[in-house]
Amino acid sequence: MREVVPARKGAASPRDSVSGLVEDLLTGDKRAAAKLISLIEDDEPDATDALARIFPHTGRAHVVGFTGPPGVGKSSLINRLVRSYRSGGKKVGVVAVDPTSPYTGGAVLGDRIRMADTGVDPGVFIRSMATRGHAGGLALATFDAVRVLDALGMDIVFVETVGAGQSEVEIATRAHTTVVVEMPMTGDAVQTMKAGILEIGDVYVVNKADLGNEDVLVANLKFQLTPRDGWTPPVIRTTATEGRGIDELAAALEKHASYLDETGARQKREIARARLEILENAQRLLSREVEEGSRSGRAFDKLAEDVAARRLDPHAAAGKLLKQSQHKTR
Amino acid sequence: MIRIAKKIRVLIAKPGLDGHDRGAKVVARALRDAGMEVIYTGLRQTPEDIVEAAIQEDVDAIGLSCLSGAHMTLFPEVVKLLRKRKSGDIVVAGGGIIPEDDVPKLKKAGIKVVFGPGTPLREIVEFFEAAGKGA
Repeated sequence: MREVVPARKGAASPRDSVSGLVEDLLTGDKRAAAKLISLIEDDEPDATDALARIFPHTGRAHVVGFTGPPGVGKSSLINRLVRSYRSGGKKVGVVAVDPTSPYTGGAVLGDRIRMADTGVDPGVFIRSMATRGHAGGLALATFDAVRVLDALGMDIVFVETVGAGQSEVEIATRAHTTVVVEMPMTGDAVQTMKAGILEIGDVYVVNKADLGNEDVLVANLKFQLTPRDGWTPPVIRTTATEGRGIDELAAALEKHASYLDETGARQKREIARARLEILENAQRLLSREVEEGSRSGRAFDKLAEDVAARRLDPHAAAGKLLKQSQHKTR
Repeated sequence: MIRIAKKIRVLIAKPGLDGHDRGAKVVARALRDAGMEVIYTGLRQTPEDIVEAAIQEDVDAIGLSCLSGAHMTLFPEVVKLLRKRKSGDIVVAGGGIIPEDDVPKLKKAGIKVVFGPGTPLREIVEFFEAAGKGA
């Protein structure tokens, strides 16, 4: 663990205190947004304070998650959508996740290459993020970064997952609208019947439709789709590089957003997500407490000895450890 | 402990119009292998694009690669814009085909270091490690 450093890199001025940064964030300052995302991503001691200050200013942005295999065109689609929403006068945020190397901890984050069109547009904020060991296609801090962009005043935030395989479904528990992107020629009808990623979409996209043979995939997708809570996921054909199908995709996203509003599904999703987040935070707090407890005193050593000597099983030992750490914090 | 260590973030960018990005990619890869998070923005970026990306990504340093001969215009412009955007703390390094006579001028303009052809990758990695630690 690294030591606590009061000010972040090159940030000696008082405006880079958490309260100063949040104040700047709420005036639409991008630098402040970027600094706050780093603070949260690096899990600095101030992160919890920052999130608590930001939270009351969130809840306005519509969050759309994009998932699908690597190279299927998620970044290119988002790039097109950003332009489309910008021409409609909406402010757009993007959080794009790429994998961290399990060997070195490094990462090459390349999603911006595909999004270069939006360059210096003041109504766009793009942040690249590495998974830093988190599974599920997202980074731990991804949705906290979304909150920062929400508070920055973005109307819509696109989240791009790591090029996901078949079971990276976490995005669906977080986003308001989940878009699953596929492309032709990647498998037969059984692929689309498999459980996991092909169940979670609110909207399906068959990108690279210009490759041909897309009708088969569209038909296969439609075959396995089932209406859920009164929403039948549409299947949209696109060719992101040429901008084809983007208007239809944007329309489908809008339609899903109004469906969420009109049926009360948005509220339901928000509550489901809140449950998840409370549990996650409780787990994090608990494991931190237990870890701290495990470092102090003989109690932990004693438990370990008991388990090693088969006097106690690990599950029971964990229960005891938990009780001890809770005593300490009360 | 589940606390995540702070990562060094570096933007590797190619200002100007040449398409020779092999060097930039080799450097990006080397920094990745040294455990850094490297944001690669692709070809033909304006200084404005680069500075905007650097601010949004909150990087510690920028590596600029230029092989077109336009470095005397483009590199100092990046530093100037960073300072204008209150982000003069971001360290800027340059690389590419840069005549020796230009190096002192670039340094005077705020380019911290210039890596010419043949620079060992280790030297480049060490520079960005130091930059990331605020040295």
